[in-house]
Amino acid sequence: MGNVRDLLVILVGSSLVSNVVLSQFLGLCPFLGVSRKTNTAAGMGTAVIFVITLSSAVAGVINRFVLQQFHVEYLAAIVFILVIAALVQFVEMFLKKAVPSLYEALGVYLPLITTNCAVLGVAINNVQKEYGILTGIVNGFATAAGFTIAIVILAGIREKLEYNDIPESFKGMPMVLLTAGLMAIAFCGFSGLL
Amino acid sequence: MNRAGERLYNGMVKENPTFVLMLGMCPTLAVTTSAMNGLGMGLTTMAVLALSNLFISLLRKVIPNRVRIPAFIVIIASFVTAVELLLEAYLPELNKSLGVYIPLIVVNCIILGRAESYAYLNPPLPSLFDGIGMGLGFSFALTCIGAFRELLGAGEVFGYAILPASFQPIRIFGQAPGAFFVLAALVAFQNYLKKTRQRAGKAFEKIGSGCSEDCMNCDRQGCTKRFYDTDAGEGFREQEEMSLSGKADAGAGSQGRRRQPDLEIVDLDEEGK
Repeated sequence: MGNVRDLLVILVGSSLVSNVVLSQFLGLCPFLGVSRKTNTAAGMGTAVIFVITLSSAVAGVINRFVLQQFHVEYLAAIVFILVIAALVQFVEMFLKKAVPSLYEALGVYLPLITTNCAVLGVAINNVQKEYGILTGIVNGFATAAGFTIAIVILAGIREKLEYNDIPESFKGMPMVLLTAGLMAIAFCGFSGLL
Repeated sequence: MNRAGERLYNGMVKENPTFVLMLGMCPTLAVTTSAMNGLGMGLTTMAVLALSNLFISLLRKVIPNRVRIPAFIVIIASFVTAVELLLEAYLPELNKSLGVYIPLIVVNCIILGRAESYAYLNPPLPSLFDGIGMGLGFSFALTCIGAFRELLGAGEVFGYAILPASFQPIRIFGQAPGAFFVLAALVAFQNYLKKTRQRAGKAFEKIGSGCSEDCMNCDRQGCTKRFYDTDAGEGFREQEEMSLSGKADAGAGSQGRRRQPDLEIVDLDEEGK
C-alpha cells in the first residue's frame, strides 16, 4: 500500500501544494490569456489535462526505453520538445478523424498547448525527480488538474471583476496579475496538507 | 561595427525584452527570487540566445522555410543542452537553484522570437550582436527585478545586507505571490506610460516583438501558434484559421490577423483607450 500512498502524495502535492502556475510559474501564457470566461477556461483546462497526461506517458516510455537504454539522458530536452510537438499534432489529426465531438470541444486549444512550457516542464520534472512511468503519468495528471483548478478559479474571479471600478492603469492585465498573486497566497495555505 | 552597436542598444534599451516587449514572462517570474538567480538566468539565456542567433543566421539559406520552426527548436535545444551540461559541471550551485528552468529556456519565446524575426533574415554578425544585446537587456531586467524582490523580501541585494536590521523583511516578495505583485506593478507602470504618451499626442509605437504579441497575449498569435505555421504563404494559415473558427465563418477567415471567436483575449491596447 506504500506505493498507493506515494501516488496520493504526488497527486495532492502537484495539484495543490506546488501548483504549476501559482508556485512554479509554468504555463503562464494560457493562464493569463484564456481565462476571461469560465467555459473557455474549463475547455483549455481539459485540453491541458488531456495533453499533459498523454505526453508524460509518452515521454516516460521514451525516457525509460530509449534514452536510458542508450545512455543519452542528456538529450532529454531536445527529444521531449520534438516528441511533444509531434504528439499534439498527431492527436489533433486523430481526434479530427476519429472523435469529432471531442475535437469540437478541444480542437481550438490543442495547438496553443504545443510549446506551452508546462508540458515540457512536467516531462523534465519527471526525469529530474526520477519518477517511474506510472508515477510520471500521475504527476502529469495532477499537475494539469492543478492548472485547470487555477485557471477556472481565475476565470470566475475575472468574470466578477468586469463590473468593478479599477484604477485606470490597473485595468486589464495588472489586475489579473494581482488576482493571481492573491490566489497564490491562498494556495500557499495548502502547504500544510503534506 | 556601427550596426553591432546599434543592435546592442536596441536589445538593452529600445526593445528591452522584459520591460518593453514583455516577453519570456515564465522565467522572469520564476527565477527572480534573488538578484543572483536573476543574473544567472539572464546570462545563461544570453549565451543560448547569442549562439542560436549566430547559427540560425549562418544556416538561414540552408533551412527550408516550411520546416524552419522545428529546425530553430532543434538548434536552440542543442545549445540549451550544452549550456546546461556546462553549468552542471562548473556552477552546480546555480544549476541547482535554477533547476527545471534551465532546460525550459528551449521554450522561452524571446529566443524563438529573435530567431524568427531577426536571425533568419539577417547576416551572422548583426544577429550575434542582436542576441547579445537582447540577452544583456534580459539579464539587466531580471537582475533589477531580482534585486528589488530580494531587497523587500530579505533586506539584501546579492546577499549583502542593505536595509538596517530594524527593517522587517516582507517575506512574501521572496515567494511566489510576490512575483505576481511585482509584475502587476510593472505592467501598470507601462500602461501608465502608454497613456501619458497618448495624451501628449504621441501615438504609442507598436514595436514588433518577433512573437508579434507580448507574453500576455501569447495565445492570440504568439509563438505557441507559430509551431504549425510552417508556410509563409497565406494558404496554410487560412486553412488553419478555417479549422479554428469553424465552418460557419470559413469565408471570413482570410484577414491577416487570426480570428478566434471561441477565445476571449485581452488586448492591452484596446483596453487602454
